[in-house]
Order: sequence, then C-alpha cells, then structure tokens
Amino acid sequence: MAEASVITDEMRAAIGQESEPLTIEVDKTTIRMFARAVGYTDLIYYDEEYAKSKGYRSLPAPMGFLGNPGNPIFRPDRPPRPAYIMPFESPYKRILNGGTDVEYYEPICAGNILTSTSKIAEITERSGSIGPMLLITGETTYKNQEGRVVARFRGTLVQY
Amino acid sequence: MSDQVYFEDVQEGQEIPPLTEKCTSQRLVMWAAGSGDFYQIHYDKDFAQNTGLPDRITHGALKHALLGRLLHEWVGDQGRVKRVACQYRGMDMVNEDVICHGRITKKSQQGGENIVELEIWTETPQGQKTTPGTGVVSLPSRGQ
Repeated sequence: MAEASVITDEMRAAIGQESEPLTIEVDKTTIRMFARAVGYTDLIYYDEEYAKSKGYRSLPAPMGFLGNPGNPIFRPDRPPRPAYIMPFESPYKRILNGGTDVEYYEPICAGNILTSTSKIAEITERSGSIGPMLLITGETTYKNQEGRVVARFRGTLVQY
Repeated sequence: MSDQVYFEDVQEGQEIPPLTEKCTSQRLVMWAAGSGDFYQIHYDKDFAQNTGLPDRITHGALKHALLGRLLHEWVGDQGRVKRVACQYRGMDMVNEDVICHGRITKKSQQGGENIVELEIWTETPQGQKTTPGTGVVSLPSRGQ
C-alpha cells in the first residue's frame, strides 16, 4: 500500500520559482585551487600563457567548477546553501547529495563574469534502503557577460 | 598529457583508460577548500561517527569532478568535456581508492562537432560501482 505523500502544496508551489540572480566572478586563483583539489596536472589550469597556447582566453574552469559555487558565491550575510534549495519545512532532517549533472555549452574561463539563477526543477519521493526520502532537484543556469547561456547545473538532494 | 585521441580512432563499446585517485583526508580537505563544501562528515571523524557513519566519506561532488578529470585526460588538448552527470548510489570511505571508468556508448556528429557519449562510473577497490553516470565529450577529427 502506498504511504501518504509528504509533498505539500507549499513544496509544489516552490517548484519553478526563480531565485534572485547571483554574480560569479570566475578567477584564476579559484580555478587553480579547484584543479589542485581534483589532482589535475594539465598546466592549462595553472599557467595562463600555456592555456592561451592551447586556444583558451585564460585558465579554463574545470568540469564541476560551476555547480560547486560554495566558495565563489559565499557571503557572510547569506545562508551557506542557496535559499532555493529548501524554502519549506521538510519532514526529514538528514541530507545526502543524490547526484550532479553539469553541462558546459562553451569554455568558461577566468575573467568571465557569470550571472546565475536557480530554481527547484523537481520534487519526488521514494522509499529506499535508507527509508522514505524526498528527492529535490535544483537547476542553476549560468549566463556570461553577453547574456548567452554557457552552462547548466542540476543537483539532486536527498532528504531522509 | 597523453597522445591526442581522434574521433575516427574510437569505437562504441570501447573502454577508456581508467583513473585511480586515493581520496586521503588531505585530498578531502583540499576539496573542501576548492569547492566550498565544508560539511564536517568529510574531514571530522568524530562528527562523521556521531551521524552514524563508520568514518569520513568522500564528497560526492569530488567523485563527479574526478569523472570530469578522467574524461579531460582522455580527450587530450584538442578535445572538450561537455557534460558529466552522475548519481551517488554508494559511499566511498576516506583513504580508499576511487577508480574512475568510462565506456563509449555512442558516436555522432552534431552541429559540426564530433560527439562521443560514454557510460562513466566509479568503483571501490572491492569492485562496487558507487557512482554511475554519463559523459559527453567532443573529439577532433583526423580530417580537420
């Protein structure tokens, strides 16, 4: 027998609501720190002249750089996670990262000033080995200075 | 970087060279700083055990980034990693190898680009697939 849904009208109403835009400055130091953390040895992520010799405007952002914006967008006057993730009370208190999906539509390089907006794309519920859970998928779209969409991030949070 | 791989030289079903990264506590601390994810289950053993985990666990997003590095190192200077998607189905514990794999599922030409789609995943040293996903890259052509 199916259990009663924990998805409330308030949660449904939150789906698709666009966040306020955030500005993300893609800079060389953050790219170098990110690339080092992942263990990259390719000098395109560390040496600007070398990156230019390979056809990039400056150091390119490695895959995953966008979508892990905790560092670039951190401000002490904002919550550590963007408010769009849970603008409602959840019956579950524990959180796991369920999945990540990042698409780059063109190279993103240091010097890019990106504007991102986020929304909840989907809320579903499921029962698994850890019990009943809510799966909340957020989607963030990144535009460059010219207004072109250059990347899209989708992340799924599991609450259980 | 390894030798350049070309679109004509790869086939559906082919596996790409795996990438192994030992996710030591130092690596997890570097990732915390590099990504901005400071959740303590990834570097504070007492905190992790108080939440019921046996020990610290590797960040899911680090595994996503390692799958991105797997593809980047395979496509070479002239290739591009366009999409990496994965699901975190199982935990990887601190100080264990995360072994990244990829297998080509489709080749196509779209908008003048040579597109290769792959099934990608991470395995534990015991062979458990903890992070299945898909990747999309573009490769240069020998004819260009």
